[in-house]
Amino acid sequence: MSILVYIEQFNGQASPVSWEVLGKAKSLAGQMGGKLAAVVIGNGVEAVANEALTYGADVVHLVEDASLAAFRIEPYAAVVEDLVKAHSPKAVLFPATTRGRDLSAVVACDLGAGLAADCSDLAVDGGELTAVRPVFSGNMLTTVRFVGPLAVASIRPRSFPTPEADGAAGEIVRSGAVMAAGDIREQIDSFEATAGGEVSLTDAKIIVSGGRGVAKDPELGFKLVKDLADSLGGAMGASRAAVDAGYIPYKHQVGQTGKTVRPDLYIACGISGAIQHLAGMGNSKIIVAINKDPEAPIFQVANYGVVGDLFEVVPALTAEFKKRL
Amino acid sequence: MNIVVCVKQTPDTAELPKISVAEVTSGDIKTTLVLNPWDEFAVEEGLQLQDRFGGDVTVVTVGEEKATEALKDAIARGVQSAVLLSDPAFAGSDAWGTATILAAAIKKNGPVDVVLAGKQSVDGNSGLVAPGLARKLGATLLTNVTKIVDVAGGKITVERQLEEGRETLTASLPAVVSVSKEINDPRYPTFMGIRKASKAQIPVWSLADLDVRAGSVGQTAALAQWTDLRKPAARSSQVVLVKEATVEATAAKLADLLMAEKVI
Repeated sequence: MSILVYIEQFNGQASPVSWEVLGKAKSLAGQMGGKLAAVVIGNGVEAVANEALTYGADVVHLVEDASLAAFRIEPYAAVVEDLVKAHSPKAVLFPATTRGRDLSAVVACDLGAGLAADCSDLAVDGGELTAVRPVFSGNMLTTVRFVGPLAVASIRPRSFPTPEADGAAGEIVRSGAVMAAGDIREQIDSFEATAGGEVSLTDAKIIVSGGRGVAKDPELGFKLVKDLADSLGGAMGASRAAVDAGYIPYKHQVGQTGKTVRPDLYIACGISGAIQHLAGMGNSKIIVAINKDPEAPIFQVANYGVVGDLFEVVPALTAEFKKRL
Repeated sequence: MNIVVCVKQTPDTAELPKISVAEVTSGDIKTTLVLNPWDEFAVEEGLQLQDRFGGDVTVVTVGEEKATEALKDAIARGVQSAVLLSDPAFAGSDAWGTATILAAAIKKNGPVDVVLAGKQSVDGNSGLVAPGLARKLGATLLTNVTKIVDVAGGKITVERQLEEGRETLTASLPAVVSVSKEINDPRYPTFMGIRKASKAQIPVWSLADLDVRAGSVGQTAALAQWTDLRKPAARSSQVVLVKEATVEATAAKLADLLMAEKVI
């Protein structure tokens, strides 16, 4: 085994970034001259394991037990560590989601391996894995090189394309929990799911964000932003200024102290484009700026711009897309 | 209850774009250095836990002598006790090395119930020290915490934000808790606090003071090494301003352009 990829699932649904990582790992494993393995952990998650086969895993370790039904860090880490010890991969890759980042850290720390967190690219150089990651909040990049026999990395959503699913030639290997249920030191008391249909910012192909420009009527402003996002099947974001002003909850914040996003299309409505905001969305493929102030810095990074009032432009754009889509 | 808050001194976020590769490589960053903005929430939560449950709050950092300023910032906000962990042997530590140093210092400091840290630093961005610290201390790990609901009976209950929703979780103590920005509104340093901080004598613990094996920390022990540090390529885009006779026509034109880009 050259690479082991952790496939994150929640309620039997794999996170999209898991497949992005698996697809990239397929080509890396080829360059490293070894097999590609995936691990799926949960209870009643065979469908996810089958899906992993269609995305090119040679072996899928399907690890199921009642104690693994929901993600908990220690029993999940014990499973991954056990597989690494048994099969000695050269690299273990994780999606850089909240849980994936935690799990990668515990596994790498326990196994005494170097870890590159929240990477944006991976390569093989001289048979060894290297990882590119943004540092200094997106203001610099570094290529991480690993010391020792095992490299661990977590990879940001949308760093790689979703692979094509094709024939499933690999095999599924089943096993059970490694840690005794009684030894688990944490319990989940309750879970309050985010409102149905809401698109996760980091996975979104399209993001429409609002900023301080909504100030004259924040409630209406963000309703218009959300309507445009909904008409495009996208997610709603916000600038720090809008979050700090209390117009919208923090979970929508894009930027240095919020989320880093990389959509195909980012529409910034009433956002001036402070450097901290640009750090979070500057890698978007196409940026559209809608702002009353023609001098706003956002226009310097935008591909398309409209100098105008978002309260007029945004609903007009929503109406236009509703006609066409 | 014994609380330890782990902090880092980092560049001011507004000045991050000004930092050159050479400054990082030489370790001599010339911008304003501040308490890592994410750590302000950890310091505040430490003080709030003290208000709710009593006990002591100690703030620790690994760094050069100038990192004392980050500890003084925490003292100015109300923390009573601070320790600087400083030794040339610590320089260049990766996250696991830093966690090893912090864990040894926390053990030396005495029994601990809750260790708090910010979600990540604004320079390294890895968020690995808190998980590493949990493993080195044998403590439970709770990340991205948005609320500490209760600490009682040897357990801690928290809410944490995940991609799919909000989870309420109970774990045994001691626990390492990394906090999200939503958890509180950090208080500012007070005038009296700043005066107190300016007079504070902050102890410095070196490698010799800690139960840390030389060679297990510092540059030579780092397992993940930064190479080819560089500035990302600047975004090369010349904005196309869309302006038609009416707002409706402008919207239609913009929609045409975006559909032609095949991003919709």
